[in-house]
Amino acid sequence: MLTIDFLINTISLGSLYAMLALGLVIVYGILKLVNFAYGELLMIAGYALYVLGGLNTSLPWFVIAILAVLIAAAVSYLTEMIAFRPVREKSLTAMLITSFAVSTLLQNAALLIISPRARAVPLPAIFSQSVAIAGTDIPIRNILSIITAVVLFGALSLLLKYTVLGIALRAAADDFRMTRLLGVPANLVISAAFIISGFFAGVVAIFWTGRTASVTPTIGAAPLLVAFVACVIGGMTNLLGAVVGGYLYGIIYSLLSLWLPQYLLDYREAFMFLIVILILLFRPIGLIRGNTTSERIG
Amino acid sequence: MLELKSIHARYGAIKALRGITLEVKEGEMVALIGVNGAGKSTTLATIAGVLRPVEGMITFLDESIAGKPPEAIARRGISLVPEGRAILASLTVEENLRLGAFIRRNHQEYLMDLEENFSLFPILKERFYQLGGTLSGGEQQQLAIARALMSHPKLLMLDEPSLGLAPLIVDQIFDLIKTLHNRGVTILLVEQNVDRTLEIVDRAYLLNTGTIQTSGSASQIRSQVDIEGVYLGDQKRD
Repeated sequence: MLTIDFLINTISLGSLYAMLALGLVIVYGILKLVNFAYGELLMIAGYALYVLGGLNTSLPWFVIAILAVLIAAAVSYLTEMIAFRPVREKSLTAMLITSFAVSTLLQNAALLIISPRARAVPLPAIFSQSVAIAGTDIPIRNILSIITAVVLFGALSLLLKYTVLGIALRAAADDFRMTRLLGVPANLVISAAFIISGFFAGVVAIFWTGRTASVTPTIGAAPLLVAFVACVIGGMTNLLGAVVGGYLYGIIYSLLSLWLPQYLLDYREAFMFLIVILILLFRPIGLIRGNTTSERIG
Repeated sequence: MLELKSIHARYGAIKALRGITLEVKEGEMVALIGVNGAGKSTTLATIAGVLRPVEGMITFLDESIAGKPPEAIARRGISLVPEGRAILASLTVEENLRLGAFIRRNHQEYLMDLEENFSLFPILKERFYQLGGTLSGGEQQQLAIARALMSHPKLLMLDEPSLGLAPLIVDQIFDLIKTLHNRGVTILLVEQNVDRTLEIVDRAYLLNTGTIQTSGSASQIRSQVDIEGVYLGDQKRD
């Protein structure tokens, strides 16, 4: 029953979810803010694909996709600078509400400027092609998303481990006040976190819109929820937790799709959340514990 | 070097500082003493920019720093080792020290400073690749001070460096502070261990409920403390 195509499709789904969760948690780790405008970054990348694809430029799709990702990262940075920075020192609640405002604002902007209806995004030929692996056809798109995730996780790990900015990002997630006392500018780490967050949202958006080849103003709602739940399962306090949570979400979801009888398939989400509740009952802080600051005596 | 003029600060509704005026000259070691809640830590936090003063002036090297963010104040050469040490627990000792040198950025100098710190704190060389959170209290305090020194601070502020440490380690920490002072580091020290502190500092300010009650040379304060022994004597442990 667990065929190779099921396996690859599951890991592919998990890879997308893991990237989503990571993008959400990297901001949460530092600001303790669940950025509810996160889903809209995927929407922005989707519309960037649509607009750039419609311009009839001779740019190859690959370049357009990279531009779309960069635009999502840039918009993420702009939301931080324009919306979050002014309220940052007020309170966490103020930031949370701001994130709802940004979300609504971006969605309505898309409704107003573009259209409430779905718009087609350009897709490269390989997104609809398959390769035969061990006798079964595997969509190339799924293999690509796995490779992308592995490459990006690797790159991010290197950044976090070996660059001063990366060390500062981890330090800020650990103790933001102390990090600033060491001379690390708050704006630097927060901006970096938002840019990385937007980057991951943009990358996922390429694959997410690739499934239906279209983008709508409300496309961000589902991925936001997935990212949030994945973070909750894995643990909000560290990046590894988010990645594990993302893959776990993908695996559980795939297994439910496989095992649930036909007439219950529509309730897949309900079962999903039931499992999440069970996980939280036994591991309220998520599966991966954050860094505990316990101290030896001596 | 550092001058505070009638600084007022509050934590929410609580008025923590009510007109603190003090001065630290270059090369001096000055202590802030007083009971819990007197406003010692708050004074340091306000100088470091963690807390914004409601009123008053803070001048450092002829420049006003009141209300500036902590990172800007750190860049000007003030380094705070906060109470509880604030080791970045999920970072290694190496990474803690690297961030300590964040405002310097010269790799050659970083390596030299590292060697210097190893001679001062041999244990840190041993623990170099360990996570900060796995260090013992005394080791963490050494790391916190070493980390602060990595930035070559013009003014080093230590908040309760001996708090919660075993007596033997406390001796080490006080010796270390004395060594640093002899090397020419300007130090503003907050300590509950009043006797030990007055042995090593040049001057001290006695704080009480957010104001400076009295100030003077260590020996002057010592005689006052003896007089008010009941008041200051037995409040070291909580």
